[in-house]
Amino acid sequence: MAARTLINVPPKAKRGEVIQIKTLISHVMENGFRHDNMGKPIARDIITTFTCAYNGEKIFEAALYPAISANPFITFYTVATESGTLAFQWTGDNGFSQEATAKITVE
Amino acid sequence: MTDPASRMNTTRRAFLAVAGAALLVRPAKATPASMAAAIRQAVGEAHVKPGRIKLNVPPLVENGNVVAVSVSVESPMTEKDYVKTIHIFTEKNPQPNVISFQLNARAGKAEVQTRIRLADTQTVVAICEMSDGSCWSDKVDVVLTLSACLEDPI
Amino acid sequence: MTPATRFAVAIAALPLVAGAVLPSPAAEIPLNERRSAYEDMSRDNKAMQDDDTSNPGILGVLDGEMLWSTPAGASGKSCADCHGDAKSSMKGVAARHPAFDPVSGRPLDLEQRINLSRQQDQKAPPFAAESKELLALTAYVAMQSRGEPVAPPDDPRLAPFIEIGRALFNARQGQLNLSCAQCHDDNWGKSLAGNVVPQAHPTGYPIYRLEWQSLGSLQRRLRNCMIGMRAEPYAYGALEYVDMELYLMWRARGMKMETPGVRP
Ligand code: HEC
Ligand code: HEC
Repeated sequence: MAARTLINVPPKAKRGEVIQIKTLISHVMENGFRHDNMGKPIARDIITTFTCAYNGEKIFEAALYPAISANPFITFYTVATESGTLAFQWTGDNGFSQEATAKITVE
Repeated sequence: MTDPASRMNTTRRAFLAVAGAALLVRPAKATPASMAAAIRQAVGEAHVKPGRIKLNVPPLVENGNVVAVSVSVESPMTEKDYVKTIHIFTEKNPQPNVISFQLNARAGKAEVQTRIRLADTQTVVAICEMSDGSCWSDKVDVVLTLSACLEDPI
Repeated sequence: MTPATRFAVAIAALPLVAGAVLPSPAAEIPLNERRSAYEDMSRDNKAMQDDDTSNPGILGVLDGEMLWSTPAGASGKSCADCHGDAKSSMKGVAARHPAFDPVSGRPLDLEQRINLSRQQDQKAPPFAAESKELLALTAYVAMQSRGEPVAPPDDPRLAPFIEIGRALFNARQGQLNLSCAQCHDDNWGKSLAGNVVPQAHPTGYPIYRLEWQSLGSLQRRLRNCMIGMRAEPYAYGALEYVDMELYLMWRARGMKMETPGVRP
């Protein structure tokens, strides 16, 4: 199954309103410090970056390390400036890449 | 799809390896010195002062695998005066860096939340860098209590 | 200290468990004193469970929702093709499982019931125990009972299995010679190695357990406790688990379902 994302952006906001954005994505965040039952190290497999663009302009970015819990949860704020699309992207080890979008109407 | 049996074994092994609730252990843990180095790397030589930033972590944590953290910074968040970055570091995880956020004036409000892993009872540090180059910090000492019913420790 | 020794030390510190004094048989918890382990969680963990946009268990529920409408097996049908909208067709179903299955003459838990329908009706191979798919579908089906009271079927054919479950719950087992009831009936609310001993109500399953960093079934939770008691856990799918699950549901009758629960 592909990574599952759960994005919460208010569908409607007033121009200039500060809105909270919540994001959750399914990912093991294997930290690279563990060993399997044969004593072999388990390779690191984490999400390393998360970005959010609002109508194409990057408004937020995070660099993630192995100490982020499995199924990373990140929330932040932005000012509702205009109607359009928020585009989220997660990238990580082993070519991991996942996108999600959310629409917002600004009045 | 991982085979559930091997997934279980991995988990069992993890518990053997870590003797605790958190799944983060390797021989060389981060030390206050390596945390200091990671902080330098993140914010350069700027003088880091206490204040303006508030780190919220529960002082007593039930499970080190998932610790809710929020950080907020006092800032007008205008083009002239905003928070550029927020970083979280730990003292005793295998690696001091936890997460680094990049914000800009469009955020409106400098507040972020995430969930982190803590390998041990330790100090968590949050540092922010403002648009004027000043750096501020806050820290919280977190005590981990351990889970009683453990996955396949035998 | 290894986890196992820490567990043993912590158990020795429980007043009723240690020493030569044989505790009187566990008294069942009066119905009006029952409480979900949710009540004892930290504010952060409660918030995680309460908010569907931050509860990681919801990621599994969403996977289950997708599987619900994905055709599979020789029937070429999806769950939805036969059952329609789960919101109505599956409402209350988790709250009344394990339920009696006349063919095997035994109770089936929800996972088994889903796999049965998958094999018999959908004509697809069953999902493995604890597989991501089975947990996802179970969580999706069980979430349709959220807020509903636990309602074990009033079926006389189940009675003997409830009794077996009760006997297992009260039996001393493992190297520490403990019973489930000693912790969960007699010592709930006390602290054990930093955790509050809960009453062990199965209202939130499958749960997102922080310890596991994933969804897991009630059987996985029971395995964890058995290992903690230094007893040999049964294999997944063992009849003993289903009987215990049935007893636990009966014991929790009337309490509200909370799937997907979050637990430390
Ligand atoms: C070809 C039609 C068909 C398909 C496909 C199918 N089922 Fe069923 N399912 C049935 C029938 C028929 C019953 C028995 C109904 C009854 O006893 O009331 C049943 C019973 C069930 C029950 C027990 C319901 C209760 O009220 O106790 C569950 C749970 C269930 N199915 C889940 C699923 C899931 C999950 C899937 C997809 C993986 C699925 N079914 C696919 C036909 C189907
Ligand atoms: C030594 C005490 C002890 C014994 C014996 C014990 N448990 Fe537990 N059990 C716990 C603790 C402590 C927790 C909570 C663990 C946590 O929160 O990390 C728990 C959790 C549970 C839960 C989860 C409840 C929820 O809200 O999700 C169930 C169900 C359960 N136990 C059933 C059993 C059964 C069945 C047995 C016997 C096979 C058993 N336990 C034996 C201490 C015990």
